[in-house]
Amino acid sequence: MSARRPRRPAPAALLLAAAPLAALLVVPVAALLLRAVAPDALATLTLPIALDAIRLSLLTSGAALALTVLFGTPLAYLLARVRFPGRGLLDALVDLPVVLPPVVAGVALLLVFGRRGWIGAPLAEAGVDLAFTTTAVVLAQVFVASPFYVRALKVAFASVPRELEGAARTDGATRLQAFLRITAPLAAPGFVEGALLAWARALGEFGATIVFAGSIAGRTRTLPLAIYATLERDLDAAVALAGLLTAVALAVFLAVRAVGRASVPRRT
Amino acid sequence: MPHARPLATLVLAAALTLGAGAAAQTLLVSAASSLTEAMEAVATAFEAEHDGVRVDLNLAGSSTLAAQILQGAPADVFASANAAQMDVVADAGLLASDPVPFARNALVAIAPADAPLADLGALAEPGTLVVLAAPEVPAGAYARTALAALGDLRGDDFEAAVLANVVSEEPNVRQVAAKVALGEADAAIVYATDAAAVDGLAAIPIPAAANVDARYPVAPIAGSDHPELAAAFAAFLRSEPAQALLAERGFRAP
Repeated sequence: MSARRPRRPAPAALLLAAAPLAALLVVPVAALLLRAVAPDALATLTLPIALDAIRLSLLTSGAALALTVLFGTPLAYLLARVRFPGRGLLDALVDLPVVLPPVVAGVALLLVFGRRGWIGAPLAEAGVDLAFTTTAVVLAQVFVASPFYVRALKVAFASVPRELEGAARTDGATRLQAFLRITAPLAAPGFVEGALLAWARALGEFGATIVFAGSIAGRTRTLPLAIYATLERDLDAAVALAGLLTAVALAVFLAVRAVGRASVPRRT
Repeated sequence: MPHARPLATLVLAAALTLGAGAAAQTLLVSAASSLTEAMEAVATAFEAEHDGVRVDLNLAGSSTLAAQILQGAPADVFASANAAQMDVVADAGLLASDPVPFARNALVAIAPADAPLADLGALAEPGTLVVLAAPEVPAGAYARTALAALGDLRGDDFEAAVLANVVSEEPNVRQVAAKVALGEADAAIVYATDAAAVDGLAAIPIPAAANVDARYPVAPIAGSDHPELAAAFAAFLRSEPAQALLAERGFRAP
């Protein structure tokens, strides 16, 4: 990084041109947070509907993150390190849920895991019903959130020079040892960033969940679904829960930035 | 230039839309989900009678619509599936005039067409996946009333058993019907009109003694840019042509 240059005031024209979008992005969040910390709203966070949703959201997003790390790490390594036919296509398909409307993800999940779906039908025959279960919520969250993890980790793996792994191998390390001792530590910032983003996305998941898993308190009604359901009966509670989610998302982004600054020097 | 033509078409379409919007009056009608097809037909008939008027429909659960209106969402007319959600708007002082009833409906139980229920008792059997509209949604409120009445008729714990089978509370009645039509849920309670309008459903009647008399009120919303047109639309819903269109889709006269 270059040395810090003396600050010069930004040109007025640039400030003016940047202001509208900045205002659009910042003002609604500020309004939400201000309203959420009002005593009427804050008090609703201890209502059963809020506590049920918070508990369920922590449980499901935690499970989704665990599954994402377990299965996303090998996938990210595969995409970063191994050349095989169709890799580009797989790479694109893995990224797809990032831009796919979540409600579309819900329909797609129904076609596979629904009671009449490719996998759902044989499962139902075997006595495993996914419909309207907490498992369905976790599945929806993994579908929409894991691409954030795989993307970040894939880039981190790819940025570790192969020669370092090669050197370790020549020194007698096994492939696994080289991965654990060399690649994994160097890719750690990408791991943390990807995990944080994926967790936040899982926490905020709405569209795929309501289509694929339904909405019932304590089982499938996560925080975003509870906000939607509460909006019609208790605006204060909806705003408080929305403020809570916003604050968590903000904290995640600040954490990601902090990890980015503290990580190994990047190419400029 | 593969992209030039679609872009030009899009710009032209946008210009035409904006131009038409400026020339015509657009009436925004917030209507209960169960009215979807009926309201589309009524809107078309109203447009045919009023030159230069376009009717846009905002279809959702009545509780969602009431919440939207309370939060200042634009609407010229509100057609609710029950009095309770109309009262929410009325109590906030947002009605331009008193609501008037324009249709009635009743409930049925539904199951997927290829997995029909033997009888209403199946709703209460352990393991039956039942979906209802959320309690604030009129269809959800009516369904719970009917379940209580059915329990009283049968003299057993039917109501509690069915409620224990509820696996999802949906934001509007059409989402309830969709979950059953998809085969995800085994059974649900919706309006008789939904059972007729949505494909892939088998209906089981609910006896009149336990059924509800679902009354749909309509009212113009205060602060509309077209107050006379809004009042005219509310009145039109009670006219003979509109009533015929509603009757065609299974709604009964108020």
